[in-house]
Amino acid sequence: MSTSEKARIVGTAVPRKEGVDKLLGRARYLDDIEREGMWFGATVRSSIPRGLIRSIGFDRRIDWTEFTVVTAADIPGKNHIHLINTDQPVMADGMVNHCEEAIVLLAHPDKHKLREAVDAVSIEYEPLKPALSIEESERQDPIVWGADNILKSFLLEKGDVDSAWATAAHIVEGEYRTGAQEHLYIENNGVIAEWSDESGITVWGSLQCPYYVHKSLLAVLDLPEDKVRVIQTETGGAFGGKEDYPSTLASHAALLAMKSGHVVKMAYDRMEDLAATTKRHPSRVRHRTALDRDGRLLAMDIEVATDGGAYSTLSSTVLSRATLHSPGPYVCPNVRVTSRSWATNTVPYGAFRGFGAPQAIFAVERHMDEIAAAIGIDPVELRRRNFLHDGETTATEQVMREPVILDQLLDRALAESDYYERRKRFARENPSSAVKRGLGIAAFYHGAGFTGSGERYLNSLAGIDVTPEGKVRVLVANTEFGQGTNTILSQIAAESIGIDYDDVEMAPVDTNVVPNSGPTVASRTSMVVGRLIERAGLQLVGVLHERAGLKQDFTRDEFFAACERLRKQDGEVVSRCRYEAPEGIFWDDQKYRGEAYPAFAWSVQVAQVAVDTATYSAEVDEFWSVQEVGRVLHPVLAGGQIEGGVAQGIGYALYEKVVWKDGRMANNQMTNYIMPTAQDVPPIHIYFEEIPCRFGGCGAKGIGELPHDGPAPAILNGIRDAIGVGFNSIPLLPEDLFAQLNAQESKAEAAAV
Amino acid sequence: MSERRPNFNPRISFIVNGERRTVEAPGMKRLLDVLREDLHLTGTKEGCGEGECGSCSVRMNGELVNSCLVPVLQAEGAEIETVEGLGTADGLHPIQKAFLECGGAQCGICTPGMLMATAQLLAVNPHPTIVEIREGLAGNLCRCTGFKRIFDSVAAAVGKMDASAKTGGAHAG
Amino acid sequence: MRGNAAAHELIAPGSLEGVLELLAGAPGEWTPIAGGTEIMVAHAAGRLREKKLVSLWGLGELRFIEASEDSIAIGAGVTFGDLRTHSGVESGAHLLAKSATWIGSIANQSRATIGGNLVNGSPAADSSPALLVYDAEVELISVRGRRRIAYSDFHTGYKRNAMAPDELLYAVHVPIRFREHKQYLRKVGTRRAMAISKMALAGTALLKAGYIGEIRLAAASLAPFPARLYKTEAALRGRLLNSETIREAQEALMDEAKPIDDIRSTAAYRSRVAANLLGEFLLDLLSAEEHQ
Repeated sequence: MSTSEKARIVGTAVPRKEGVDKLLGRARYLDDIEREGMWFGATVRSSIPRGLIRSIGFDRRIDWTEFTVVTAADIPGKNHIHLINTDQPVMADGMVNHCEEAIVLLAHPDKHKLREAVDAVSIEYEPLKPALSIEESERQDPIVWGADNILKSFLLEKGDVDSAWATAAHIVEGEYRTGAQEHLYIENNGVIAEWSDESGITVWGSLQCPYYVHKSLLAVLDLPEDKVRVIQTETGGAFGGKEDYPSTLASHAALLAMKSGHVVKMAYDRMEDLAATTKRHPSRVRHRTALDRDGRLLAMDIEVATDGGAYSTLSSTVLSRATLHSPGPYVCPNVRVTSRSWATNTVPYGAFRGFGAPQAIFAVERHMDEIAAAIGIDPVELRRRNFLHDGETTATEQVMREPVILDQLLDRALAESDYYERRKRFARENPSSAVKRGLGIAAFYHGAGFTGSGERYLNSLAGIDVTPEGKVRVLVANTEFGQGTNTILSQIAAESIGIDYDDVEMAPVDTNVVPNSGPTVASRTSMVVGRLIERAGLQLVGVLHERAGLKQDFTRDEFFAACERLRKQDGEVVSRCRYEAPEGIFWDDQKYRGEAYPAFAWSVQVAQVAVDTATYSAEVDEFWSVQEVGRVLHPVLAGGQIEGGVAQGIGYALYEKVVWKDGRMANNQMTNYIMPTAQDVPPIHIYFEEIPCRFGGCGAKGIGELPHDGPAPAILNGIRDAIGVGFNSIPLLPEDLFAQLNAQESKAEAAAV
Repeated sequence: MSERRPNFNPRISFIVNGERRTVEAPGMKRLLDVLREDLHLTGTKEGCGEGECGSCSVRMNGELVNSCLVPVLQAEGAEIETVEGLGTADGLHPIQKAFLECGGAQCGICTPGMLMATAQLLAVNPHPTIVEIREGLAGNLCRCTGFKRIFDSVAAAVGKMDASAKTGGAHAG
Repeated sequence: MRGNAAAHELIAPGSLEGVLELLAGAPGEWTPIAGGTEIMVAHAAGRLREKKLVSLWGLGELRFIEASEDSIAIGAGVTFGDLRTHSGVESGAHLLAKSATWIGSIANQSRATIGGNLVNGSPAADSSPALLVYDAEVELISVRGRRRIAYSDFHTGYKRNAMAPDELLYAVHVPIRFREHKQYLRKVGTRRAMAISKMALAGTALLKAGYIGEIRLAAASLAPFPARLYKTEAALRGRLLNSETIREAQEALMDEAKPIDDIRSTAAYRSRVAANLLGEFLLDLLSAEEHQ
């Protein structure tokens, strides 16, 4: 065993690092954990979207002396969640700005008495007029946030958009809307908090970003860094829904633990998790596009609006990604993107796989098909004529220095889906069939990692250490929640050092043990953190060569022996690396110009859809996804990411609707929030083209979010192909399809009269 | 009729994974909660509380049930199988082996229910078609995998159990 | 789990007689629970008002399927899993077997009972449309004896039925004289599996020389309870089946249907889709007729 140029472990389907526990039912998720003398926590929440709290009443039928009661007044530090801004309170204080906002926290050892107590707290409000949609917020009456309801705005300009209209052969406009989407991880949010005078506060939780929670708790509890400890428990799905929300939940449990003197568990049930936690930002995107006679893009004027909910949370970064993904993977000399995130009195929106890109890509990829129809060019051909290539620049004037193989991906997607033959067949069969079929495509990129200088700001630190028991440990704060983090980082460590995969384990994700290697978001883990682990591994071996007598070609035993020699010198065996920005990454945050992302993943997807004209329901028959994500670190895990992302994208397009009633999610049950089942998800065919990325971990780029970007526009383009009608709003339920067709029919009839 | 005294905490006895267990619990306590809280068998999960997600699936008297919808009184005398009874670390059930090899588990929270649904399916129909696999698992929601590798896992399990049957192995269906 | 198990009493007398005596001794006090697929959902949501429950689960006297020459008797405790796998039900009451396959999931089907489905009385009940177009009867039982009524008379309003406080639904009787009839059943849900019905349409019809001899139509979710579509039937009975009659029947249906907007769907959608499904059924009849 030695260092070698050829990859031995990376790129192979090693067994998942967490082993067999998940299959034996032995993996311990938050709600599986019981502690002696544990109490339970519950939350009394706002029932109106906006208003002043006039009084809080505690019904005398409950013996309140048995309970610990916490309000905003009990917060020792700051009443805010530390994220990008600090406008979101931990608990409402005198005013509520959305339904389900936390007002009172209760703790008690008996879950049932706790339930009764929650019902026994009554809040009297003086309701205020809320803003409940983008349009209502745009009216700026009422003002519900800041001076103008605008949580964030961006202006991206390239060239001179306004000069293009006069000379354009074609001008096409469109408006595209996306609804809220719920993560629906099968494990709800949950934390356990414990306070002791010696150690301070310890929080265990189902979460993505232990250091986000850590930072928030420091401020809320007014404690020093070494008195706050956050530990991730086995997490049953996250998808962004456990990126920032756990900071709120952890603060609640911590406050109850501190005041009660007991360990407190707060685990939401499905009804509460659906109603009260974050969802994907709804959006409205308007396109106005100028093209020449040959269908080449001359100008794109894009207006992006998102609904951010009551507090800013992650709205600025979601808007940023939406802005940067809104022009699509195309060359266009003149681009203007005006984007705004609007505050409304709804539950604050947050991160969800794609993070603004699904919204933006839905709009641009739908719009491309509308353009194609308007000017009479095949939608495939239209895209080819405008694709980015090596050396060309994006809307932010970023030069594509890495290979851009969109044509290749498109060719493969068309070939694998037998696109042209199938469309010919459907054109023949559809007229005599009640079920009409069609094919739709989407082409897109997903910027890997944080935008611009985000990684510099994160300044991540990661490492590898070796225990005296002969285990090599990966030291990262990045969390496994099904996507395979544990496995791929172990692969990279083993590969870069030159030892066996089985000799590597992951250190527990515990802020007392691992450094802050940044959040597990933005598809950055394999690319950015993987690179840190790769460097740490090489660095360790280098040090062992230099100072511990390790030979160039070493055996496993020699490696560990050298480690012990190093331990005698240093007292420990550890190798840490800090993030280093790749060369030539310049980003202007003010002008929104430069290298927006260090790397891009690329994809073309094809959806075959079937529209039943009797029931107006659209289903996906079959789906193909071709992608380039750098080096594929683990074929099974990578495939699983694409398939899972596509399934969620199908839900986003056709099934998952959040029904709102007066600012509250009315369908907060799994019976009524519909995700596709095993009988609904079609066969999904996936194909990887590999071009190793120079600065990604072992050549990898981000993969997790990319697959969720394309299904919605591909599917709705397929519907357009099948029945000749364009739908521009998702989720597209049969009732919506019917309503639009009905309205169009009525209009046509009225016109014919 | 004689005067009936209400019993809010009856003794209820049933067999779990081959072992007789007795609890004292309200008749309307959910079998799911009895398994997790009284018997500390936390492999069976709660995802929705309304029989929609299947993560609480167990086998009761040879049928698949959502344990969140079973009042424990109705489990009196029943034979219940949970994921803990399917296999061990040293003796994985072929279904568990198949899921491990084919990537059928990502975050793992749906996995116990998915394994029990698979066990039920293969007990009733040892050679299911893909259509029958989809139907057999339609009551188990997975948010991570998009189901594809779960279907692959079930197909692989069929192969393993066929092979085991040929050699007379313990897990032959 | 928002319900408090300790606040409810669940007993299992262990025999049908025991249950009936209990209901007779304290009418209206005890709520029967079979498979629990409805009651336990309310319990988990903290919305189970009924404090005293009597279990019907495991009563062999209620879980039977007996096929005779002219009828199938289905005990109220029969699960949908039982129904879909019974060859007699498949051959004699095919639409009922079909409806059993799309109720919930395999795990729901092993617990949900036909008795529970009917007594719960949801307008979206999955087994109801088939039973209505088969002229099914329900048999009610109490200590006072048994009686049979047409299933079409069972539901009397939204979640109200014709049972007396001491009565239990004992069995459903399905006449098997529809083997020659053309049969139709389609459910429209939110997805392919585990979908609460948005609407469903069932039909049985017998044609004679192109004329509609017998026609029975029933729907879920077009009224406060599952019901026959008598006016629509009237627009078809005795008439020559052609595209004009089909169109008139669809109009009659859209007039007769009184669906609502709710969290799952809209009234306009339900009416229109019901009319489309009727068209599908009648066109099938027409083309079958034309091919003879």
